[in-house]
Amino acid sequence: MALNGHRGDIEVNNDEDETPTKPLRSAREEMTPDDPADEPAGGTATTGGPGASARGASLHRPGTTRSDSLRRSRPPFPWFGMDIGGTLVKLVYFEPKDITAEEEQEEVENLKSIRRYLTSNTAYGQTGIRDVYLELKDLSLCGRTGNLHFIRFPTYDLPAFLQMVRNKHFSSLHTTLCATGGGAYKFETDFRTMADLQLQKLDELDCLIRGVLFTESVVVSDPSECYYFENPSDPERCEQKPYGLQDPYPLLLVNIGSGVSIMAVYSETDYKRVTGTSLGGGTFLGLCCLLTGCSTFEEALEMASEGESTRVDKLVKDIYGGDYERFGLPGWAVASSFGNMLTSEKREGVSKADLARATLVTITNNIGSITRMCALNENINKVVFVGNFLRVNTLSMKLLAYAMDYWSKGQLKALFLRHEGYFGAVGALLELLHPS
Amino acid sequence: MAELDRVEKSSHSLDKSITLPPDEIFRNLENAKRFAIDIGGSLTKLAYYSTVQHKVAKVRSFDNTAKEASSEKLYEISVQEEITARLHFIKFENAYIETCLDFIKDHLVNTDTKLIKATGGGAHKFKDLIEKKLGLKVDKEDEMTCLIRGCNFVLRNIPHEAFIFTKHADSEFRFQNTHPDIFPYLLVNIGSGVSIIKVESEDKFERIGGSSIGGGTFWGLGALLTKTKRFDELLQLASKGQHTNLDMLVKDIYGGSYGSLGLTGDLIASSFGKSATTDKEFSKEDIAKSLLHMISNDIGQLACLYARLHSLTRVYFGGFFIRGHPVTMHTITYSINFFTKGEVQALFLRHEGYLGAIGAFLKGAEEDNPNQYSWGENYAGSSGLMSASPDINPMQRARSGTFDMLEMDRLERKLVNLPLLEDPSSYVPDTVDLTVDPLAREYWLFCFEDALDGVVKRAVASQPDLPEAVERAEKFRQKYRHKLQTLRQQPFAYGSLTVRSLLDTREHCLNEFNFPDPYSKIKQRENDAALRCYQKAVAALDALGWEEKQFALVRGVLAGNVFDWGAKAVSDVLETDRDFGFEEAKQKLEERPWLVDSYNQWLQRLKGPPHKCAVFFVDNSGMDIILGVMPFVRELLLRGTEVVLASNSSPALNDVTNGELQILTETIAAMDPIIQAGLKEDRLVLVQTGSSSPCLDLGRLDKELTIVVRERRADLVVIEGMGRAVHTNYFARLSCESLKMAVIKNPWLAERLGGKLFSVVFKYELPPPPPPAAPPMKEEEEEEAVFSP
Repeated sequence: MALNGHRGDIEVNNDEDETPTKPLRSAREEMTPDDPADEPAGGTATTGGPGASARGASLHRPGTTRSDSLRRSRPPFPWFGMDIGGTLVKLVYFEPKDITAEEEQEEVENLKSIRRYLTSNTAYGQTGIRDVYLELKDLSLCGRTGNLHFIRFPTYDLPAFLQMVRNKHFSSLHTTLCATGGGAYKFETDFRTMADLQLQKLDELDCLIRGVLFTESVVVSDPSECYYFENPSDPERCEQKPYGLQDPYPLLLVNIGSGVSIMAVYSETDYKRVTGTSLGGGTFLGLCCLLTGCSTFEEALEMASEGESTRVDKLVKDIYGGDYERFGLPGWAVASSFGNMLTSEKREGVSKADLARATLVTITNNIGSITRMCALNENINKVVFVGNFLRVNTLSMKLLAYAMDYWSKGQLKALFLRHEGYFGAVGALLELLHPS
Repeated sequence: MAELDRVEKSSHSLDKSITLPPDEIFRNLENAKRFAIDIGGSLTKLAYYSTVQHKVAKVRSFDNTAKEASSEKLYEISVQEEITARLHFIKFENAYIETCLDFIKDHLVNTDTKLIKATGGGAHKFKDLIEKKLGLKVDKEDEMTCLIRGCNFVLRNIPHEAFIFTKHADSEFRFQNTHPDIFPYLLVNIGSGVSIIKVESEDKFERIGGSSIGGGTFWGLGALLTKTKRFDELLQLASKGQHTNLDMLVKDIYGGSYGSLGLTGDLIASSFGKSATTDKEFSKEDIAKSLLHMISNDIGQLACLYARLHSLTRVYFGGFFIRGHPVTMHTITYSINFFTKGEVQALFLRHEGYLGAIGAFLKGAEEDNPNQYSWGENYAGSSGLMSASPDINPMQRARSGTFDMLEMDRLERKLVNLPLLEDPSSYVPDTVDLTVDPLAREYWLFCFEDALDGVVKRAVASQPDLPEAVERAEKFRQKYRHKLQTLRQQPFAYGSLTVRSLLDTREHCLNEFNFPDPYSKIKQRENDAALRCYQKAVAALDALGWEEKQFALVRGVLAGNVFDWGAKAVSDVLETDRDFGFEEAKQKLEERPWLVDSYNQWLQRLKGPPHKCAVFFVDNSGMDIILGVMPFVRELLLRGTEVVLASNSSPALNDVTNGELQILTETIAAMDPIIQAGLKEDRLVLVQTGSSSPCLDLGRLDKELTIVVRERRADLVVIEGMGRAVHTNYFARLSCESLKMAVIKNPWLAERLGGKLFSVVFKYELPPPPPPAAPPMKEEEEEEAVFSP
């Protein structure tokens, strides 16, 4: 992706000598008969990942029979799914690896150029990044086998992205770009005017849930998509362990992006948004920027990992000298976030790292607290946390795992997914392949 | 956590001078016993119990055997000293604590107190100082327990304690009726952190949750982000800021609303979300505003989640984050409305700042069991709620050195609601809420101010032998005028402003300056005069045919009700025309059809079977009670109806008191065998209302009265007079028949009601039809049948 004027990449790619070809033949395969939408709610839970069969896709199962009808329903390449959030744009790209010589011949140059560009780089422009470690290899999708790539860049660089799309003549491919997230609505006109592209706008929660269920179902093992922390209350023995989410329902899905959405999911199609909070990843980064002068999420996290929040926060023991036994509050619990910062003397005694850490702890604990209340109100004991706030943020994940476990006295389990922030984009891609 | 703890005073130094003389703040200290103190982050609240000696007017029959020839009078009036109990609560800034302790030490004489109950985060810090200065041992009490105790106490004893806050309404404060059953409720205490407490009964409460994001977070983060040190200043900044500059709204992400979820574009999607992606500088105001929204919304959301989980709808908010700050009351209210879709309203408390001190005091006074009494807010000695007007600079408010006071009188009698109220929880005594009716407020405030000279004159005249009465009366004038001025600025100071509260405030002020009964002599004179006419009046009535008699009886009550010294239109006549009598009063009455006229229905009812028992809430002395009410009562007795005459416990205007009524009734009984028989056979009983107001709150009546009402299965309630049947209870719904009779003696009110001076209200009402019988079982069976194969 050429962002912030880094045209060099584009030109390099454009210079690659690709033979112009005709557009891809339309090919169809029979829709799989066991679409869960036709079944009673929750009925697919026992058959393993519902998305797997439903979407006719699986990992390590390249030999799926192609029928003519599937070919006919299959959209032309390239296959993208996009999620334009408040802070980040998430893009998934399916790179077909089973291209026949004949196809290679017919493939148009523009298409080839896009594929080469995306797959041969891991960084695009100044801010675009491909999360290589998340790549799903040998994924069978809609009768094709290939690799699924996960790419992200800040929403403020969307104009540069659109410029690149324009330069690569994306619109000539006559593809539909499925997009979700608020930006799909906000930037719809920009896509049309700047890149001559018509977006297919999709509901973000639909996409999110579809994406979660699909991804969880196609990733069968190693590393497992879903995991949890064993012994969350013991830092010494706290360990990440795989979790089989074969029987996912009901689950509480907590998506922590710029803000937070909390959904109760009873089946792939039966879910509701329970509540949300504006204290999310955007708040963490926003406050950190103001408090420490940092400018990126990674920087903020780095600082937080070095800081000590107890200098900033007022703990129960700071007030009561120990536990507040009358109400069963342990001394180490935070009584007042930033509660020590009321005097200038104490304000001068803390480092930027301490402030970053306190911000992280405050936001994370608050999400934990609201989540726990929702779980109680909805009577659900499984919570899956997703969203890019958790990216490379083991600190928050362990904190959430601990908070869920401690305050629920072991009743609530916090689960996490490896592709934390990309499910909306995956859902959008699925919508392209199999319109619901 | 409950309170701000050990927060060191901000760097600025406070002016240590106290604006009021300390003896006007720490009143009745000489008899004080039982102290409690609640020291928060910036304010100290002191509580003590004291006794107040004040004069009361008593009436006593002359001993008939030793009748002095010179005395034409029926009874003698004596002024006696009475000692009543009062609770004092004083709130002041921590900066004054030493000065205050010194003052208390110097004036504490008659106490055998050894202990002072203490709570609040600062209790620890000031422990040594208190022990050294007062020589009392500091006994610490749990903060949360004190808070809940205090909360229960104010909810139970102070009508209009709780209110909802509406920022842009005509009246920002909407006071709530005290529900007879105050439990269960949720108390969200926003101190440095947040505690959420579920209260199920006096002793049963539980901290069901909390949050570390509270007032301390606003203050601490705010200080870091804006370099502004004081909490008040941060709030002031926030009130001027724009949160949309830092917060990422739904429309910033979507370009508009997120329709499918019903999220409007203006909702905050991510607090401070824009400050991460923009490099520009943000103003302190905007930062403070975003922070305020973030914290208020978060607390509101958690409160709602807990309320829902525990199925609670009454949620009170308190703590220093809330305390009298319109900015935070507004944001919390907004948040609660949003998250519960209006199902739960955020409630705030007028005396929220005192809860800890009240609770600590009650803990120390358990042997006296203060909860077995009813207590009443003394309007004369209490400061009332501070203005929420943003015009008042918070700096000024914080530094003004004002001492806020609350005084609660122990009432002689336990007050409960009338069992005949149709729905005690929705009963509102007052007909017009002057807080929401600016025109009416303007008029009545003027009216009371205008009448003040007359009241002062009357007060002086009532104590001719006491030369210093003039001076005291002048003090009364100043106090009451000051109250009226305060109410003009802050109509919400003592809850909803009503004609009743204005009248009661005047009575409290009169009592404060030892004018217990300015109308005692007038009442005496009029009673004597009326008694002389009684027999003739009854004979004339008895000569009438049945139907004429019924009408004459009603007209008699109405004519009697013209004699009201509380109404200027009447008192002017009575002052100038000594010969104005019962017949003249009848002439004044409006002819039928009256302004409100259900006389025909009443007459029809009288043709039916007699009532089992009537409760008659009486009004004035003299013609009213003797020539109006008594013949009416006599007729009820003749019909076979028992009568309970309910009159004030203590004086108010020229209203007949229970003491006076005892003597009057006995005198009448001596002349009238029917009244005589009624008393003898216990078919006519006299009870007191527990009130000393010219108005009537059926929600707070002497428990004895309600027992009589219940035991006698009263099926008719008669309420007489403008104060009791128009200013209050005009819309009161009862579960039995009721009759409200009054003459409108105020031209403004008459006009407002669509009538004129001396218009008549005669409102006879039937109870609501009994609820439909329980749904027949058949329906259920039918439903079952549908589903069975």
